Amino acid sequence: MSKPTPQTESRVGVDEKGSTGVMDEAPATQSAETLRKDHATVKRQQKNRLGNLERDELIKLYHQMLLIRRFEEKCAEAYSMGKIGGFCHLYIGQEAVAVGSISAIRQDDYVLTSYREHGHAIAKGISPDAIMAELFGKSTGCSKGKGGSMHLFDKNVNFLGGHAIVGGQIPLATGVAFAAKYQGTDRVALCYFGEAAVNQGAFHESLNMAQLWKLPCVYICENNQYGMGTSQQRAMSLQDVAQKASAYELAGEFVDGMDVLAVREATIRAVERARKQSLPSLIEVRTYRFMGHSMSDPGNYRTRSEIERYQERDPIKLLLANLKEQNLIDDAQVEAIEKEVREVVDHSVKFAEESPEPAPEELYTNVYASPIKPNQNR
Amino acid sequence: MAVITIREALNQALREEMLRDESVFLMGEEVAAYQGAYKVTKGLLDELGEKRVIDTPITELGFAGLGVGAAMVGLRPVIEFMTWNFSILAADQIVNSAAKMLYMSGGQFKVPIVFRGPGGSAFQVSSQHSQALESWYAYFPGLKVVMPSTPADAKGLLKSSIRDDDPVIFIEQERMYGQKGEVPDDKDFLIPLGVADIKREGTDATIVARSLMVPAALKAAEALQAEGVSCEVIDPRTIRPLDIDTIVASVKKTNRLVIAEESHPFCGVAAEITTEVMEHAFDYLDAPIKRISGADVPMPYAKNLENLAIPTAEQIVAAVKEVSYL
Repeated sequence: MSKPTPQTESRVGVDEKGSTGVMDEAPATQSAETLRKDHATVKRQQKNRLGNLERDELIKLYHQMLLIRRFEEKCAEAYSMGKIGGFCHLYIGQEAVAVGSISAIRQDDYVLTSYREHGHAIAKGISPDAIMAELFGKSTGCSKGKGGSMHLFDKNVNFLGGHAIVGGQIPLATGVAFAAKYQGTDRVALCYFGEAAVNQGAFHESLNMAQLWKLPCVYICENNQYGMGTSQQRAMSLQDVAQKASAYELAGEFVDGMDVLAVREATIRAVERARKQSLPSLIEVRTYRFMGHSMSDPGNYRTRSEIERYQERDPIKLLLANLKEQNLIDDAQVEAIEKEVREVVDHSVKFAEESPEPAPEELYTNVYASPIKPNQNR
Repeated sequence: MAVITIREALNQALREEMLRDESVFLMGEEVAAYQGAYKVTKGLLDELGEKRVIDTPITELGFAGLGVGAAMVGLRPVIEFMTWNFSILAADQIVNSAAKMLYMSGGQFKVPIVFRGPGGSAFQVSSQHSQALESWYAYFPGLKVVMPSTPADAKGLLKSSIRDDDPVIFIEQERMYGQKGEVPDDKDFLIPLGVADIKREGTDATIVARSLMVPAALKAAEALQAEGVSCEVIDPRTIRPLDIDTIVASVKKTNRLVIAEESHPFCGVAAEITTEVMEHAFDYLDAPIKRISGADVPMPYAKNLENLAIPTAEQIVAAVKEVSYL
């Protein structure tokens, strides 16, 4: 076995002057294969990153991941009770991606993502109450009960959805980044999508435009290795997603999505490139969903042992183990966080249950922003 | 009032609105350096600069979606499709993103965007370049669909569309760019969306026509006048919202209705107008409604076949006579 790679792998990109530049100090040759490392190696790598953050910030990352986990466990429960309808795609196992990357941006930066978005919405700052109410189809939901699980929006925190056509959010995020630059701001857009979206034309068209016009967009591919029930191996001719960045001369980077700190650091590099140089990046984050594609998916296409192998590397357990080993957190604190998180989640359920359904007249509102004669609204 | 072409009227509208509002930008294939495939955007790059007049790669889905995203955060994109045929590649972003964003975000994200370009038949460009897609886009709540037939309407409606806070599908007619007419010079000359225009008043039969069929209907009305039949010609100008009130009021007066359209008949706009007139004015009709539509086939190349596929003034005359039992 070759020597473990100490940092996230990085690739070479070409900047607008045409010169090649290495994106960070890490070696630049590895591929996704390096993730077939033992748990101890992953843990050691994360331990080396702990020093880059203050203790409070580390605990906050743990807290956020745990909140998302408990929130979604409650979603699964509510779904099975029939309180949440439609499709419900859980993020359990992938929490480090949203939490790590969104911790690297500002409040006024934008986030656009797919239908598997509860985690991103919480990390960006939508209240769990408003998200749960949305899932319950209530008027107090963040989209007034009109969007549901796949269409969470909150203008106040610059969370721009929640898009349910695979890859549809990628051109949108590119346009948001275009506007940020056009308006003379230094805001950036984070755009999340699964690896299956990489096979859509929208991905390729967007990356081409983003580099052509130097747009401050960070494309984050959450590679959980399955597009619904189809493994990446069965769907993608070139499976190294980060490498596809080179087709459009973007900076590309591969990162272990079970390590929240690795995700954070890779995103910091990409965001810096977007904010300071107005350049896009593609980050491939290797992750894994512990649940099925949606609540209706029994997941028969994966083996128990494969799931267990990834569960050993659960991003929340991983960070907690390191925090404990380094005496950055004690049992009393862990218990207090668990208690607080459960209270927040329980409150969200109570809030959602007690909230009213949308008024019937809401059926016909928000179709058009510029009023048209009521008798012509057809 | 100056007499200018539809092409020039559209160009004026774009120029005036871009000068008026910094948030308006224009993007599409060949809109900048090439001056527009149909020269609608002539001179705009020189005057407004490359930040605001942007040539794109041939990547319709990409730049349509880019426009929607930019509109979500405060810009007012005008996205040109070189022809509406190519919008089919971008339909996901128009239908799934632009049309639904305001609704599924509970009113938080409006999408003030104009998608525009030539549609309908041209001159012998065959099946993939000769499609009238208005009934497709008019189907979707959240979209507005505009089809001008004169230079003044083209200018006033495009300016209104750019100022509108909703996604607007603005379909110009490829054969009509050179048509001339009087256009007011006023920089705030606007024609509201959702208001039909009575292009000719009459008492004996109503002809509803849009886009390329408006001149045909007016020609038919002229011919019928010579035979003592007075036709009212109504151009809805916007397909959605549809000004059904004006059409219904006319039918109540004339008691006869012919609808002329360039598009295919099946599930077309004429079918919708027919239903609405039946709902609102059935008792006033003295004859079944008659529609004249484009042939229900892909557009052929051969000149004689193409001519057979596009409705003519003669067909409209015959239809009016039919509903008048003449």
